[in-house]
Amino acid sequence: MSALGLDLASPWRRALIDFCRSPVALGALLVLVLITLAAIFAPWLAPQNPYDLMQLDVLDARLPPGSPSEAGGYTYWLGTDGQGRDLVSGILYGLRISLMVGIGSALAAAFIGTMVGLFAAWAGGRVDAALMRLVDLLLSFPTILMALMILAYMGKGVGNVVFTLVMLEWAYYARTARGQALVEVRREYVDAARGQGVPGWRIVTGHLLPNCMPPLIVIGTLQIARAITLEATLSFLGLGVPVTEPSLGLLIANGFQYMLSNEYWISLFPGLALLVTIVAINLVGDQVRDVLNPRLQR
Amino acid sequence: MSAPITSTSGAPTLEVRKLRTVFDTRAGEVAAVNEVSFTLERGRVLGLVGESGSGKSVTGFSIMGLVDAPGRIAGGEILFQGRDLAKLRREDMRQLRGNRIAMVFQDPMMTLNPVLRVDKQMIEAVQAHQRVSHVVARDLARDTLGLMGIASPDERLLAYPHQLSGGMRQRVAIAIAMLHRPDLIIADEPTTALDVTIQAQILSEMQKLVEEQGTALIWISHDLSVVAGLADDIAVMYAGRIVEHGTVDDVLDRPLHPYTQGLIGSLPRRAPGQKRGTRLRQIPGMTPNLLALPPGCAFAPRCTRATETCLQQPPVTRPTGVQEVRCFHPGAPALYPESMSQGVGA
Repeated sequence: MSALGLDLASPWRRALIDFCRSPVALGALLVLVLITLAAIFAPWLAPQNPYDLMQLDVLDARLPPGSPSEAGGYTYWLGTDGQGRDLVSGILYGLRISLMVGIGSALAAAFIGTMVGLFAAWAGGRVDAALMRLVDLLLSFPTILMALMILAYMGKGVGNVVFTLVMLEWAYYARTARGQALVEVRREYVDAARGQGVPGWRIVTGHLLPNCMPPLIVIGTLQIARAITLEATLSFLGLGVPVTEPSLGLLIANGFQYMLSNEYWISLFPGLALLVTIVAINLVGDQVRDVLNPRLQR
Repeated sequence: MSAPITSTSGAPTLEVRKLRTVFDTRAGEVAAVNEVSFTLERGRVLGLVGESGSGKSVTGFSIMGLVDAPGRIAGGEILFQGRDLAKLRREDMRQLRGNRIAMVFQDPMMTLNPVLRVDKQMIEAVQAHQRVSHVVARDLARDTLGLMGIASPDERLLAYPHQLSGGMRQRVAIAIAMLHRPDLIIADEPTTALDVTIQAQILSEMQKLVEEQGTALIWISHDLSVVAGLADDIAVMYAGRIVEHGTVDDVLDRPLHPYTQGLIGSLPRRAPGQKRGTRLRQIPGMTPNLLALPPGCAFAPRCTRATETCLQQPPVTRPTGVQEVRCFHPGAPALYPESMSQGVGA
């Protein structure tokens, strides 16, 4: 490799090139981008605003996929739910909530967890031990139980769900960041940086953090999927987002009571949307892990 | 370019007095550095030589204030321009590190952060001590790279460490150490990982810089031939103590301590008329375990001259009036005739 000239690719750029080598992962990434775009532009894409009760027609309730609307005008390609809501619109708006909650909570948890983990590794000793025991404590509880406890105390609402997910997930990042930082903190470049008189907090954020990023990015992608699933679960159990802002989980829950009367579509299509999203995120996450793991490099 | 005038009192750049650095282990306290004393004037080069584990690196780390738990400085004074570094507050010490005292490490692949570009690392090192803008810091970084004999420094600044060759990386590391024109540089075997031609280039550049800037330099090495060409003074360490200390000429041409004589004698070379396949000389025995040092002189069990008196700790003496030596039976060149007649490195 030449030291000068064309090959000034950063490690991140090389990782990107490696990522694109797998067609499956690339496909999954494409699906994910489409899903995200669909969620972002839901208000413009959806034929109907499912949150606006004025646009709903109870006479259209529980129509099978492909039925025309009562008042005419358009077709319910995926059918309608018990309130006469168009499922295509419901899914698009539901994706919005699900992705927002998932990504938002994963980012916030990543920030808090990473800082805690790096600080623990840098400080060492009792600070490290205390923080890590707290992490162990959090991770030893069943997730759903913890989530139910926090939400039962705080009540429903998108903000509360995000808060709960952050509370549950930062520990994963903290543990990973600390493990990685413990390895990195012994490297000579840390000694060298200290020898240059770089202040401690600058070493942690400027030197340790970039070297700890690869595993954190992997966890990050997989934790987004986890957060979305968890939010769906909580909404399904009735403790998540309010009925007026249905997420995918709530749509599934709403259709559940009609399942046995053969009106499968109300639960099935939101379920499929959730499934595709989660699988896509996991496929992307897997490939990211392979690319960033030096032991798996070809 | 003149070095900033910080020492007005006329104190030497560095004066180490009876430094003792210990590591607390489960098996007890281990003194990695013991009663080490030396003085380094402005612009002088001290070669600190010894085997692995003799405490030469720990001496360097102690001066830098980079000894971490379980290690600690248990005694002695490290006077930098008259100020005792061992008693400085942490923040004051950080201000000095990289600014007035800099360190260059052995392996340039390990000491440069692999995921950061050279410019980022250098700018950070500048901004750790000077409140200057990005642009000014970058200019200083580029100029210093040029000073180290690096061609097209602008392009090097944009490179990642893995894109540079070993010699180039070490030049970058040295340039980082030189950024603030320090008064003291501690170089911990900086050329060991490089091949001989690059080593020679870097040595001559270091020598030039030290002369021009009046920087004092401690060159830690196990390579006597490197030290012979570079240093003014030489201190030989064994099991945490300096056993012989004097000017390079005195110590290498007329070594008094049997360990120094052994080191010099063990350099491979061919005397005229010597047959091929002659066994290389070596010092018998192994370096002692610091946890179980022999009583008295630590070298005694490997020394052909050891007697009953060597069960005591030998004091520092100047038997010939020049270099200092820590031995009850200094001199006695007859035991190492070849090393005496031939000198080193030449």
